[in-house]
Amino acid sequence: MIVAQRKPFAEIKEMLQGFNKVLNVGCGTCVSVCLTGGEKEVAVLNTEIEMARRLDDDPIEIQGHTIERQCDREYLAELDNIIEEGKFDALVSMACGVGIQFLAERYPRIPTFPMVDTSGLAVNQAVGWYEERCRSCSECVLGFTGGICPITMCAKRLMNGPCGGTNQGNCEISNEQPCAWFRIWERLAGQGRLDSIRKINMARGWKDQAPRDLVQPGYKKPEKMLK
Amino acid sequence: MSTETNFNSGSNLEKVLKSGQFAFTGELGPPQGTDVGEVKEKAKFLKGNVDAVNITDNQTAVVRMSSWAASLILIQEGLEPNYQMVCRDRNRLAMQADILGGSALGIRNMLCLSGDHQQFGDHPDAMGVFDIDSTQLIAMVKQMRDEGLFLNGNEIHQPPKMFIGAAANPFADPFEWRVHRLAKKIEAGTDFIQTQCIYNMDKFREYIRIANEEGLTDQVYILAGVTPMKSVGMARYMKTKVPGMDVPEEIINRLKGVEKGKVAQEGINIACEQIEEFKELKGVHGIHMMAIEWEHMVPQIAEQAKVLPRPVFS
Repeated sequence: MIVAQRKPFAEIKEMLQGFNKVLNVGCGTCVSVCLTGGEKEVAVLNTEIEMARRLDDDPIEIQGHTIERQCDREYLAELDNIIEEGKFDALVSMACGVGIQFLAERYPRIPTFPMVDTSGLAVNQAVGWYEERCRSCSECVLGFTGGICPITMCAKRLMNGPCGGTNQGNCEISNEQPCAWFRIWERLAGQGRLDSIRKINMARGWKDQAPRDLVQPGYKKPEKMLK
Repeated sequence: MSTETNFNSGSNLEKVLKSGQFAFTGELGPPQGTDVGEVKEKAKFLKGNVDAVNITDNQTAVVRMSSWAASLILIQEGLEPNYQMVCRDRNRLAMQADILGGSALGIRNMLCLSGDHQQFGDHPDAMGVFDIDSTQLIAMVKQMRDEGLFLNGNEIHQPPKMFIGAAANPFADPFEWRVHRLAKKIEAGTDFIQTQCIYNMDKFREYIRIANEEGLTDQVYILAGVTPMKSVGMARYMKTKVPGMDVPEEIINRLKGVEKGKVAQEGINIACEQIEEFKELKGVHGIHMMAIEWEHMVPQIAEQAKVLPRPVFS
Protein backbone atom coordinates (compact mmCIF):
# COMPACT_ATOMS: atom_id res chain seq x y z
CA MET A 1 0.00 0.00 0.00
CA ILE A 2 0.93 3.67 -0.20
CA VAL A 3 2.13 5.02 3.13
CA ALA A 4 2.35 8.59 4.31
CA GLN A 5 2.92 10.47 7.52
CA ARG A 6 1.30 13.59 8.80
CA LYS A 7 3.22 16.80 8.21
CA PRO A 8 4.64 18.67 11.21
CA PHE A 9 1.89 20.75 12.79
CA ALA A 10 3.84 24.01 12.45
CA GLU A 11 3.99 23.51 8.68
CA ILE A 12 0.27 22.73 8.53
CA LYS A 13 -0.55 25.85 10.53
CA GLU A 14 1.64 28.00 8.32
CA MET A 15 -0.06 26.70 5.16
CA LEU A 16 -3.52 27.50 6.51
CA GLN A 17 -2.73 31.04 7.53
CA GLY A 18 -5.26 33.42 6.01
CA PHE A 19 -7.83 30.71 5.29
CA ASN A 20 -10.90 30.68 7.47
CA LYS A 21 -13.26 28.13 6.01
CA VAL A 22 -11.62 24.84 5.15
CA LEU A 23 -12.65 21.31 4.22
CA ASN A 24 -10.31 18.48 5.24
CA VAL A 25 -10.73 15.47 2.95
CA GLY A 26 -9.59 12.10 4.26
CA CYS A 27 -9.05 8.94 2.26
CA GLY A 28 -10.46 5.57 3.31
CA THR A 29 -7.89 3.37 1.58
CA CYS A 30 -4.07 3.18 2.02
CA VAL A 31 -3.55 6.18 4.31
CA SER A 32 -6.40 4.99 6.45
CA VAL A 33 -4.78 1.57 6.92
CA CYS A 34 -1.44 3.15 7.85
CA LEU A 35 -3.18 5.32 10.46
CA THR A 36 -2.40 8.65 8.80
CA GLY A 37 -5.31 10.05 6.84
CA GLY A 38 -8.56 8.21 7.53
CA GLU A 39 -11.74 9.44 9.19
CA LYS A 40 -10.24 9.34 12.68
CA GLU A 41 -7.07 11.20 11.75
CA VAL A 42 -9.11 13.86 9.92
CA ALA A 43 -11.13 14.46 13.09
CA VAL A 44 -8.01 14.65 15.27
CA LEU A 45 -6.22 17.10 12.96
CA ASN A 46 -9.29 19.29 12.65
CA THR A 47 -9.58 19.54 16.42
CA GLU A 48 -5.91 20.47 16.71
CA ILE A 49 -6.20 23.13 14.03
CA GLU A 50 -9.34 24.60 15.60
CA MET A 51 -7.75 24.77 19.03
CA ALA A 52 -4.53 26.32 17.76
CA ARG A 53 -6.38 28.98 15.80
CA ARG A 54 -8.65 29.75 18.74
CA LEU A 55 -5.58 30.24 20.92
CA ASP A 56 -4.22 32.63 18.29
CA ASP A 57 -7.50 34.53 18.39
CA ASP A 58 -7.93 33.72 14.71
CA PRO A 59 -10.75 31.17 14.59
CA ILE A 60 -11.18 28.83 11.64
CA GLU A 61 -14.16 26.82 10.53
CA ILE A 62 -12.95 23.41 9.45
CA GLN A 63 -15.09 20.48 8.35
CA GLY A 64 -14.02 16.93 7.63
CA HIS A 65 -15.18 14.42 5.07
CA THR A 66 -13.54 11.11 4.28
CA ILE A 67 -14.19 9.36 0.98
CA GLU A 68 -13.36 5.80 -0.01
CA ARG A 69 -10.55 6.69 -2.45
CA GLN A 70 -9.24 10.08 -3.52
CA CYS A 71 -7.52 8.59 -6.57
CA ASP A 72 -10.87 7.64 -8.10
CA ARG A 73 -13.33 10.04 -9.77
CA GLU A 74 -16.30 7.93 -8.78
CA TYR A 75 -15.65 8.64 -5.10
CA LEU A 76 -14.42 12.23 -5.54
CA ALA A 77 -17.77 13.07 -7.16
CA GLU A 78 -19.50 12.78 -3.81
CA LEU A 79 -17.64 15.91 -2.72
CA ASP A 80 -19.14 18.07 -5.51
CA ASN A 81 -22.24 19.13 -3.59
CA ILE A 82 -20.46 19.50 -0.25
CA ILE A 83 -17.85 21.77 -1.78
CA GLU A 84 -20.35 23.79 -3.78
CA GLU A 85 -22.56 24.40 -0.75
CA GLY A 86 -19.71 24.86 1.71
CA LYS A 87 -18.09 27.83 -0.05
CA PHE A 88 -14.69 26.81 1.32
CA ASP A 89 -11.75 29.09 0.77
CA ALA A 90 -9.29 26.16 0.96
CA LEU A 91 -9.27 22.39 0.76
CA VAL A 92 -6.79 20.22 2.61
CA SER A 93 -6.21 16.56 1.96
CA MET A 94 -4.90 13.75 4.08
CA ALA A 95 -4.61 11.38 1.12
CA CYS A 96 -1.34 10.38 -0.51
CA GLY A 97 0.25 12.61 -3.14
CA VAL A 98 -1.86 10.95 -5.81
CA GLY A 99 -5.14 11.65 -4.05
CA ILE A 100 -4.18 15.22 -3.16
CA GLN A 101 -3.47 16.00 -6.81
CA PHE A 102 -6.68 14.44 -8.03
CA LEU A 103 -8.62 16.50 -5.51
CA ALA A 104 -6.83 19.70 -6.54
CA GLU A 105 -7.45 18.86 -10.20
CA ARG A 106 -11.19 18.44 -9.66
CA TYR A 107 -11.58 21.78 -7.88
CA PRO A 108 -8.94 23.91 -9.60
CA ARG A 109 -10.28 27.24 -8.32
CA ILE A 110 -9.91 26.36 -4.67
CA PRO A 111 -6.41 26.32 -3.13
CA THR A 112 -5.64 22.75 -2.00
CA PHE A 113 -2.97 21.79 0.53
CA PRO A 114 -1.31 18.52 1.56
CA MET A 115 -1.51 17.53 5.22
CA VAL A 116 0.74 14.49 4.81
CA ASP A 117 4.11 13.58 3.30
CA THR A 118 3.81 10.51 1.11
CA SER A 119 6.71 8.20 1.79
CA GLY A 120 6.45 5.13 -0.34
CA LEU A 121 5.00 1.76 -1.26
CA ALA A 122 5.30 -0.30 1.86
CA VAL A 123 4.37 -3.48 3.65
CA ASN A 124 2.49 -3.59 6.92
CA GLN A 125 5.12 -5.14 9.23
CA ALA A 126 3.03 -4.63 12.36
CA VAL A 127 0.41 -2.14 13.49
CA GLY A 128 2.02 1.27 13.09
CA TRP A 129 5.20 -0.08 11.41
CA TYR A 130 5.55 0.05 7.65
CA GLU A 131 8.58 -0.76 5.52
CA GLU A 132 9.18 0.50 2.01
CA ARG A 133 9.49 -2.25 -0.57
CA CYS A 134 8.95 -0.80 -4.03
CA ARG A 135 9.96 2.35 -5.92
CA SER A 136 7.62 1.57 -8.84
CA CYS A 137 10.56 1.76 -11.27
CA SER A 138 8.63 0.23 -14.18
CA GLU A 139 11.16 -2.57 -14.69
CA CYS A 140 10.93 -5.24 -12.02
CA VAL A 141 14.14 -7.12 -11.23
CA LEU A 142 12.80 -9.31 -8.42
CA GLY A 143 13.08 -12.40 -10.63
CA PHE A 144 16.86 -12.53 -10.44
CA THR A 145 17.27 -10.95 -7.02
CA GLY A 146 15.44 -13.58 -5.03
CA GLY A 147 12.39 -11.40 -4.48
CA ILE A 148 14.28 -8.57 -2.73
CA CYS A 149 14.38 -5.19 -4.48
CA PRO A 150 17.84 -3.56 -4.73
CA ILE A 151 16.38 -0.41 -6.29
CA THR A 152 14.42 0.19 -3.10
CA MET A 153 16.42 -1.59 -0.42
CA CYS A 154 20.02 -0.84 -1.48
CA ALA A 155 20.99 2.71 -0.52
CA LYS A 156 23.10 2.97 -3.69
CA ARG A 157 20.63 1.18 -6.00
CA LEU A 158 23.46 -1.18 -6.94
CA MET A 159 22.79 -3.87 -9.49
CA ASN A 160 25.91 -5.98 -8.94
CA GLY A 161 26.22 -6.02 -5.17
CA PRO A 162 26.83 -6.53 -2.34
CA CYS A 163 29.36 -3.70 -2.32
CA GLY A 164 32.45 -3.40 -0.11
CA GLY A 165 30.56 -1.50 2.57
CA THR A 166 28.52 -4.47 3.75
CA ASN A 167 28.90 -4.51 7.48
CA GLN A 168 28.05 -7.81 9.12
CA GLY A 169 24.94 -8.14 7.03
CA ASN A 170 23.99 -4.50 7.41
CA CYS A 171 24.29 -1.51 5.10
CA GLU A 172 27.20 0.89 5.46
CA ILE A 173 24.76 3.71 6.17
CA SER A 174 23.40 2.17 9.38
CA ASN A 175 23.56 -0.88 11.59
CA GLU A 176 19.78 -0.75 11.68
CA GLN A 177 19.47 -1.14 7.92
CA PRO A 178 19.92 -4.66 6.57
CA CYS A 179 22.08 -4.84 3.43
CA ALA A 180 19.72 -5.68 0.57
CA TRP A 181 22.40 -7.47 -1.42
CA PHE A 182 23.54 -9.49 1.58
CA ARG A 183 19.97 -10.71 1.93
CA ILE A 184 19.71 -11.32 -1.80
CA TRP A 185 22.91 -13.38 -1.64
CA GLU A 186 21.64 -15.27 1.40
CA ARG A 187 18.29 -16.08 -0.15
CA LEU A 188 19.70 -17.13 -3.52
CA ALA A 189 22.38 -19.23 -1.80
CA GLY A 190 19.59 -20.98 0.10
CA GLN A 191 17.79 -21.67 -3.18
CA GLY A 192 20.98 -22.79 -4.92
CA ARG A 193 20.56 -19.93 -7.41
CA LEU A 194 23.70 -17.80 -6.88
CA ASP A 195 24.43 -17.99 -10.62
CA SER A 196 21.60 -15.53 -10.97
CA ILE A 197 23.75 -12.73 -9.53
CA ARG A 198 27.16 -13.92 -10.76
CA LYS A 199 26.22 -12.62 -14.19
CA ILE A 200 26.91 -8.94 -14.78
CA ASN A 201 23.86 -6.74 -14.87
CA MET A 202 24.60 -4.09 -17.42
CA ALA A 203 23.45 -0.48 -17.09
CA ARG A 204 19.68 -0.28 -17.01
CA GLY A 205 17.43 2.26 -18.64
CA TRP A 206 15.58 4.21 -15.98
CA LYS A 207 11.95 4.26 -17.02
CA ASP A 208 10.74 6.59 -14.30
CA GLN A 209 12.44 9.78 -15.47
CA ALA A 210 9.38 11.34 -17.07
CA PRO A 211 5.67 11.16 -16.10
CA ARG A 212 4.31 7.73 -16.86
CA ASP A 213 0.84 6.55 -17.68
CA LEU A 214 -0.56 3.13 -18.28
CA VAL A 215 -3.18 2.08 -20.78
CA GLN A 216 -4.04 -1.59 -20.59
CA PRO A 217 -4.21 -3.63 -23.78
CA GLY A 218 -7.67 -3.37 -25.29
CA TYR A 219 -8.28 0.02 -23.69
CA LYS A 220 -7.64 3.53 -24.88
CA LYS A 221 -7.71 7.01 -23.46
CA PRO A 222 -11.13 8.65 -23.87
CA GLU A 223 -11.05 11.39 -26.46
CA LYS A 224 -12.51 13.90 -24.07
CA MET A 225 -11.76 13.48 -20.39
CA LEU A 226 -14.97 13.37 -18.40
CA LYS A 227 -15.02 15.00 -15.03
CA MET B 1 48.20 -12.07 -18.21
CA SER B 2 45.32 -11.40 -20.59
CA THR B 3 45.60 -7.65 -20.17
CA GLU B 4 48.81 -7.77 -22.19
CA THR B 5 46.74 -8.06 -25.32
CA ASN B 6 44.64 -5.06 -24.35
CA PHE B 7 44.79 -1.64 -25.81
CA ASN B 8 47.85 0.21 -24.65
CA SER B 9 46.73 3.27 -22.78
CA GLY B 10 50.16 4.84 -22.48
CA SER B 11 49.88 4.76 -18.69
CA ASN B 12 53.08 4.49 -16.68
CA LEU B 13 51.35 2.18 -14.20
CA GLU B 14 50.36 -0.08 -17.07
CA LYS B 15 53.98 -0.19 -18.27
CA VAL B 16 55.25 -1.06 -14.79
CA LEU B 17 52.76 -3.90 -14.41
CA LYS B 18 53.10 -5.23 -17.95
CA SER B 19 56.87 -5.28 -17.64
CA GLY B 20 56.38 -7.62 -14.69
CA GLN B 21 57.64 -5.22 -12.03
CA PHE B 22 56.11 -4.85 -8.60
CA ALA B 23 53.99 -1.68 -8.66
CA PHE B 24 53.79 0.94 -5.92
CA THR B 25 50.99 3.52 -6.09
CA GLY B 26 50.11 6.36 -3.74
CA GLU B 27 47.11 8.46 -2.91
CA LEU B 28 46.33 12.17 -2.63
CA GLY B 29 43.14 13.83 -1.42
CA PRO B 30 42.39 17.16 -3.15
CA PRO B 31 41.88 20.22 -0.92
CA GLN B 32 38.57 21.61 0.31
CA GLY B 33 39.27 24.81 -1.60
CA THR B 34 41.20 26.13 -4.55
CA ASP B 35 44.70 25.96 -3.09
CA VAL B 36 46.88 24.55 -5.86
CA GLY B 37 49.86 24.89 -3.55
CA GLU B 38 48.41 22.28 -1.20
CA VAL B 39 48.17 19.73 -4.04
CA LYS B 40 51.71 20.53 -5.18
CA GLU B 41 53.04 20.25 -1.63
CA LYS B 42 51.55 16.76 -1.18
CA ALA B 43 52.66 15.74 -4.68
CA LYS B 44 56.25 16.70 -3.89
CA PHE B 45 56.54 13.82 -1.40
CA LEU B 46 55.09 11.31 -3.86
CA LYS B 47 57.13 12.27 -6.92
CA GLY B 48 59.63 9.58 -7.82
CA ASN B 49 58.42 7.35 -4.98
CA VAL B 50 55.27 5.94 -6.60
CA ASP B 51 54.20 4.84 -10.09
CA ALA B 52 50.85 6.62 -10.04
CA VAL B 53 48.82 8.61 -7.54
CA ASN B 54 45.13 7.98 -6.86
CA ILE B 55 43.27 11.28 -6.80
CA THR B 56 40.19 10.77 -4.68
CA ASP B 57 36.76 11.88 -5.89
CA ASN B 58 34.87 13.69 -3.12
CA GLN B 59 36.16 11.05 -0.73
CA THR B 60 33.83 10.07 2.11
CA ALA B 61 31.22 12.19 0.32
CA VAL B 62 32.88 15.44 1.37
CA VAL B 63 33.13 18.18 -1.29
CA ARG B 64 36.67 18.81 -2.52
CA MET B 65 38.41 20.13 -5.59
CA SER B 66 37.28 17.92 -8.47
CA SER B 67 39.30 14.82 -9.02
CA TRP B 68 40.06 15.53 -12.69
CA ALA B 69 41.25 19.07 -11.90
CA ALA B 70 43.61 17.83 -9.19
CA SER B 71 44.71 15.09 -11.61
CA LEU B 72 45.72 17.76 -14.12
CA ILE B 73 47.75 19.63 -11.49
CA LEU B 74 49.57 16.38 -10.84
CA ILE B 75 50.34 15.93 -14.53
CA GLN B 76 51.77 19.47 -14.56
CA GLU B 77 53.95 18.47 -11.62
CA GLY B 78 55.28 15.49 -13.53
CA LEU B 79 53.36 12.75 -11.70
CA GLU B 80 50.89 10.28 -13.09
CA PRO B 81 47.36 10.47 -11.68
CA ASN B 82 44.96 7.60 -11.20
CA TYR B 83 41.70 9.47 -11.63
CA GLN B 84 39.07 8.14 -9.23
CA MET B 85 35.47 8.37 -10.33
CA VAL B 86 32.49 7.53 -8.12
CA CYS B 87 28.97 6.72 -9.28
CA ARG B 88 27.40 8.77 -6.49
CA ASP B 89 27.81 12.24 -7.99
CA ARG B 90 27.39 11.91 -11.75
CA ASN B 91 25.02 10.32 -14.24
CA ARG B 92 26.17 8.48 -17.35
CA LEU B 93 26.28 11.67 -19.42
CA ALA B 94 28.56 13.51 -17.00
CA MET B 95 30.74 10.44 -16.50
CA GLN B 96 31.34 9.88 -20.19
CA ALA B 97 32.00 13.59 -20.70
CA ASP B 98 34.60 13.59 -17.89
CA ILE B 99 36.23 10.42 -19.24
CA LEU B 100 36.63 12.07 -22.64
CA GLY B 101 37.88 15.31 -21.08
CA GLY B 102 40.29 13.52 -18.76
CA SER B 103 41.73 11.43 -21.56
CA ALA B 104 42.02 14.45 -23.87
CA LEU B 105 44.11 16.25 -21.25
CA GLY B 106 46.41 13.34 -20.55
CA ILE B 107 44.80 11.25 -17.78
CA ARG B 108 45.61 7.60 -18.51
CA ASN B 109 44.38 5.69 -15.42
CA MET B 110 40.94 5.53 -13.89
CA LEU B 111 39.61 3.88 -10.77
CA CYS B 112 35.92 3.05 -11.04
CA LEU B 113 34.08 3.15 -7.70
CA SER B 114 30.51 3.17 -6.41
CA GLY B 115 31.44 5.79 -3.81
CA ASP B 116 30.66 6.15 -0.12
CA HIS B 117 27.02 6.93 0.52
CA GLN B 118 26.31 10.66 0.74
CA GLN B 119 24.89 10.19 4.22
CA PHE B 120 28.49 9.91 5.51
CA GLY B 121 29.56 13.22 4.10
CA ASP B 122 29.13 16.95 4.53
CA HIS B 123 25.99 17.15 2.36
CA PRO B 124 24.02 14.22 3.80
CA ASP B 125 20.74 15.30 2.17
CA ALA B 126 22.20 15.39 -1.36
CA MET B 127 20.59 13.21 -4.01
CA GLY B 128 22.82 10.23 -4.69
CA VAL B 129 22.90 9.69 -8.44
CA PHE B 130 23.92 6.02 -8.74
CA ASP B 131 22.69 5.97 -12.34
CA ILE B 132 25.12 3.10 -12.95
CA ASP B 133 27.18 1.09 -10.46
CA SER B 134 30.92 0.49 -10.34
CA THR B 135 30.79 -2.75 -12.35
CA GLN B 136 28.73 -1.03 -15.01
CA LEU B 137 31.14 1.92 -14.99
CA ILE B 138 34.06 -0.43 -15.67
CA ALA B 139 32.16 -1.96 -18.59
CA MET B 140 31.29 1.50 -19.90
CA VAL B 141 34.91 2.74 -19.88
CA LYS B 142 36.05 -0.48 -21.55
CA GLN B 143 33.41 -0.14 -24.27
CA MET B 144 34.40 3.48 -24.83
CA ARG B 145 38.07 2.56 -25.04
CA ASP B 146 38.04 -0.76 -26.91
CA GLU B 147 34.96 -0.44 -29.11
CA GLY B 148 34.96 3.32 -29.47
CA LEU B 149 31.30 3.43 -28.50
CA PHE B 150 29.36 5.44 -25.97
CA LEU B 151 27.09 3.55 -23.60
CA ASN B 152 24.20 4.11 -26.02
CA GLY B 153 26.14 2.48 -28.85
CA ASN B 154 26.95 5.69 -30.74
CA GLU B 155 30.44 6.07 -32.13
CA ILE B 156 33.09 8.13 -30.38
CA HIS B 157 35.30 10.24 -32.57
CA GLN B 158 38.75 9.44 -31.15
CA PRO B 159 38.02 7.15 -28.20
CA PRO B 160 39.62 7.71 -24.77
CA LYS B 161 42.77 5.89 -23.65
CA MET B 162 42.50 4.56 -20.13
CA PHE B 163 44.08 1.86 -17.99
CA ILE B 164 41.00 0.72 -16.09
CA GLY B 165 41.06 0.09 -12.36
CA ALA B 166 38.56 -1.04 -9.77
CA ALA B 167 38.45 -1.60 -6.04
CA ALA B 168 37.95 -4.84 -4.14
CA ASN B 169 37.24 -5.39 -0.49
CA PRO B 170 38.20 -8.92 0.49
CA PHE B 171 36.96 -8.33 4.06
CA ALA B 172 33.35 -7.26 3.62
CA ASP B 173 30.86 -10.03 4.12
CA PRO B 174 29.75 -12.42 2.83
CA PHE B 175 33.37 -13.55 2.39
CA GLU B 176 32.34 -16.29 -0.07
CA TRP B 177 30.95 -13.59 -2.36
CA ARG B 178 34.10 -11.49 -2.55
CA VAL B 179 35.91 -13.56 -5.16
CA HIS B 180 32.72 -13.72 -7.26
CA ARG B 181 32.54 -9.94 -7.15
CA LEU B 182 36.18 -9.73 -8.22
CA ALA B 183 35.37 -12.07 -11.10
CA LYS B 184 32.47 -9.84 -12.16
CA LYS B 185 34.69 -6.77 -12.21
CA ILE B 186 37.29 -8.65 -14.27
CA GLU B 187 34.62 -9.79 -16.70
CA ALA B 188 33.39 -6.19 -16.93
CA GLY B 189 36.87 -5.23 -18.11
CA THR B 190 39.02 -3.99 -15.26
CA ASP B 191 42.78 -4.11 -15.93
CA PHE B 192 43.87 -3.68 -12.32
CA ILE B 193 42.49 -3.89 -8.81
CA GLN B 194 43.39 -1.89 -5.73
CA THR B 195 42.17 -3.54 -2.55
CA GLN B 196 40.77 -2.16 0.66
CA CYS B 197 43.40 -1.61 3.41
CA ILE B 198 44.62 -5.01 4.49
CA TYR B 199 45.28 -5.80 8.15
CA ASN B 200 43.91 -9.31 8.46
CA MET B 201 46.63 -11.17 6.59
CA ASP B 202 45.13 -14.64 7.15
CA LYS B 203 41.91 -13.64 5.50
CA PHE B 204 43.72 -11.91 2.65
CA ARG B 205 45.90 -14.97 2.00
CA GLU B 206 42.75 -17.07 1.80
CA TYR B 207 41.13 -14.59 -0.60
CA ILE B 208 44.17 -14.59 -2.88
CA ARG B 209 44.42 -18.37 -2.68
CA ILE B 210 40.85 -18.72 -4.00
CA ALA B 211 41.46 -16.00 -6.62
CA ASN B 212 44.60 -17.87 -7.75
CA GLU B 213 42.73 -21.16 -7.83
CA GLU B 214 40.00 -19.67 -10.00
CA GLY B 215 42.58 -18.22 -12.38
CA LEU B 216 41.54 -14.64 -11.64
CA THR B 217 45.01 -13.37 -10.74
CA ASP B 218 46.14 -14.27 -14.26
CA GLN B 219 43.51 -11.97 -15.70
CA VAL B 220 44.01 -8.86 -13.62
CA TYR B 221 46.80 -7.06 -11.75
CA ILE B 222 46.12 -6.89 -8.02
CA LEU B 223 47.61 -4.12 -5.91
CA ALA B 224 47.33 -4.85 -2.20
CA GLY B 225 46.04 -1.91 -0.17
CA VAL B 226 48.27 -0.85 2.72
CA THR B 227 47.65 1.95 5.21
CA PRO B 228 50.16 2.35 8.05
CA MET B 229 48.53 2.96 11.42
CA LYS B 230 49.59 6.29 12.92
CA SER B 231 48.26 5.62 16.40
CA VAL B 232 46.34 3.20 18.59
CA GLY B 233 43.34 5.51 18.30
CA MET B 234 43.41 5.27 14.51
CA ALA B 235 43.58 1.47 14.69
CA ARG B 236 40.61 1.36 17.06
CA TYR B 237 38.65 3.76 14.85
CA MET B 238 39.36 1.67 11.74
CA LYS B 239 38.33 -1.47 13.59
CA THR B 240 35.04 -0.20 14.97
CA LYS B 241 33.87 2.68 12.81
CA VAL B 242 34.85 1.96 9.21
CA PRO B 243 32.44 -0.42 7.48
CA GLY B 244 34.06 -3.38 5.78
CA MET B 245 37.39 -2.92 7.59
CA ASP B 246 38.94 -5.87 9.40
CA VAL B 247 41.59 -4.94 12.00
CA PRO B 248 42.71 -7.92 14.12
CA GLU B 249 43.30 -7.33 17.83
CA GLU B 250 46.96 -8.35 17.43
CA ILE B 251 47.64 -5.20 15.35
CA ILE B 252 46.22 -3.01 18.13
CA ASN B 253 48.17 -4.94 20.78
CA ARG B 254 51.39 -4.55 18.84
CA LEU B 255 50.91 -0.79 18.59
CA LYS B 256 50.04 -0.64 22.29
CA GLY B 257 53.16 -2.64 23.09
CA VAL B 258 55.66 0.02 22.08
CA GLU B 259 56.56 3.11 24.08
CA LYS B 260 54.78 6.38 23.35
CA GLY B 261 56.42 8.29 20.52
CA LYS B 262 57.30 5.09 18.68
CA VAL B 263 53.76 3.99 17.79
CA ALA B 264 53.79 5.58 14.33
CA GLN B 265 57.12 3.92 13.52
CA GLU B 266 55.68 0.61 14.66
CA GLY B 267 52.73 1.21 12.30
CA ILE B 268 55.21 1.72 9.45
CA ASN B 269 57.12 -1.41 10.50
CA ILE B 270 53.92 -3.47 10.33
CA ALA B 271 53.14 -2.02 6.88
CA CYS B 272 56.65 -2.81 5.61
CA GLU B 273 56.46 -6.38 6.89
CA GLN B 274 53.18 -6.76 5.01
CA ILE B 275 54.80 -5.36 1.86
CA GLU B 276 57.67 -7.85 2.18
CA GLU B 277 55.13 -10.68 2.25
CA PHE B 278 53.09 -9.24 -0.65
CA LYS B 279 56.22 -9.11 -2.81
CA GLU B 280 56.43 -12.89 -2.50
CA LEU B 281 52.71 -13.67 -2.58
CA LYS B 282 51.56 -15.23 -5.85
CA GLY B 283 48.71 -13.21 -7.32
CA VAL B 284 49.77 -9.86 -5.85
CA HIS B 285 51.37 -7.52 -8.38
CA GLY B 286 52.00 -4.43 -6.34
CA ILE B 287 51.06 -2.20 -3.42
CA HIS B 288 48.60 0.63 -3.17
CA MET B 289 49.92 2.80 -0.34
CA MET B 290 47.14 4.85 1.22
CA ALA B 291 49.08 7.05 3.61
CA ILE B 292 46.06 9.15 4.48
CA GLU B 293 47.09 12.77 5.21
CA TRP B 294 50.57 11.35 5.71
CA GLU B 295 51.98 11.98 2.26
CA HIS B 296 55.19 13.42 3.72
CA MET B 297 55.99 9.99 5.21
CA VAL B 298 55.78 8.21 1.84
CA PRO B 299 59.47 8.73 0.93
CA GLN B 300 60.50 7.09 4.21
CA ILE B 301 57.96 4.28 3.87
CA ALA B 302 59.02 3.57 0.27
CA GLU B 303 62.65 3.52 1.38
CA GLN B 304 62.02 1.17 4.28
CA ALA B 305 59.77 -1.06 2.12
CA LYS B 306 62.63 -1.35 -0.38
CA VAL B 307 60.50 -0.40 -3.37
CA LEU B 308 62.88 2.30 -4.62
CA PRO B 309 63.94 3.34 -7.15
CA ARG B 310 60.74 3.24 -9.18
CA PRO B 311 61.01 2.09 -12.79
CA VAL B 312 61.38 4.81 -15.42
CA PHE B 313 60.33 4.31 -19.04
CA SER B 314 61.64 6.45 -21.82
